[in-house]
Amino acid sequence: MLILFYALLIFCIVGSIIAIEIRNILASVIAAGAVGMALSILFLFLGAPDIAITQVVVEIIVLIVLIRSTVSLDNTSPTKHRDTFAILSSLIFFGLFLVFAFMAFQGLPKFGEPLMKVASNYLRDSVTQTGASNVVMGIILDYRAYDTLGEATVIFTAILGSFVVLRAKGKKRKEESDRVKVGIPDKEDLPKTLIEVEE
Amino acid sequence: MLIYFLNSILFVLGLYCLIAKKHLVKKIIGMTIMDYAINLFIILLGYKKDGIPPILLPDMDINTFLQQSVDPIPQALVLTSIVIGLSTLALMVAISLRLYEKYKTFDMSEIRRLHG
Repeated sequence: MLILFYALLIFCIVGSIIAIEIRNILASVIAAGAVGMALSILFLFLGAPDIAITQVVVEIIVLIVLIRSTVSLDNTSPTKHRDTFAILSSLIFFGLFLVFAFMAFQGLPKFGEPLMKVASNYLRDSVTQTGASNVVMGIILDYRAYDTLGEATVIFTAILGSFVVLRAKGKKRKEESDRVKVGIPDKEDLPKTLIEVEE
Repeated sequence: MLIYFLNSILFVLGLYCLIAKKHLVKKIIGMTIMDYAINLFIILLGYKKDGIPPILLPDMDINTFLQQSVDPIPQALVLTSIVIGLSTLALMVAISLRLYEKYKTFDMSEIRRLHG
């Protein structure tokens, strides 16, 4: 089982290296999609079927959105004037980050032996208290339902923001075009009946 | 411990893509990879050896279920986090499409009118 985890995780790392370094943006997006699918299989083997289902759905939507943003637009990444200072400093920083992360991982509980202090209460009482035999659903929709409310708020705000940003024609442009014509109108702009009356 | 380390390598790859690459869509992909790595790390923390999913089947004894089941709380939190990651990605893509409309390029170094 552990070998399977390592294999899938190494597949994820290789896929993300391909996604980062390839020139064609469409190929990069598809490689990122492959990473997400491998991650969903990994979730399935880690005992989280709910997460696996959600990950598949989200991954497909991410692919659709990203392909929409790349296809028929500027499709190759820029090659000239690479910023060597940014790359070098980020590589040094990442080396330091990995060293400190490795030191911090010594303090965590070992892989395969979680703490589960609160979780054992949830596991024992979930059926009697909430009536949900799927404990994850019991936690999301009952014990921590306010989290889900906050999540819905965040999604609503993000969708509202992207709708406002992507709106094709704003209200302001219409008002400005009105303001330009303030003053004495030309004869061609007036309705015909008004001109006839003047004459 | 090694699996945590591989996971942090995945995180660092996403961070590198976010900082060093110039193309806006590549930056978004890097952010997505970081998101994946953090979600996977939280799930890995709750894994129990030879664990079963936290779903109580009718023919299952409650005590063996308590001993064998994986931790359900990280799964509940990650389920929220995945969907929030999707919505922030939609917002990022919307803003980058708007930038493309205005400047006709995805290259960050070409978008010079933003410089102070």
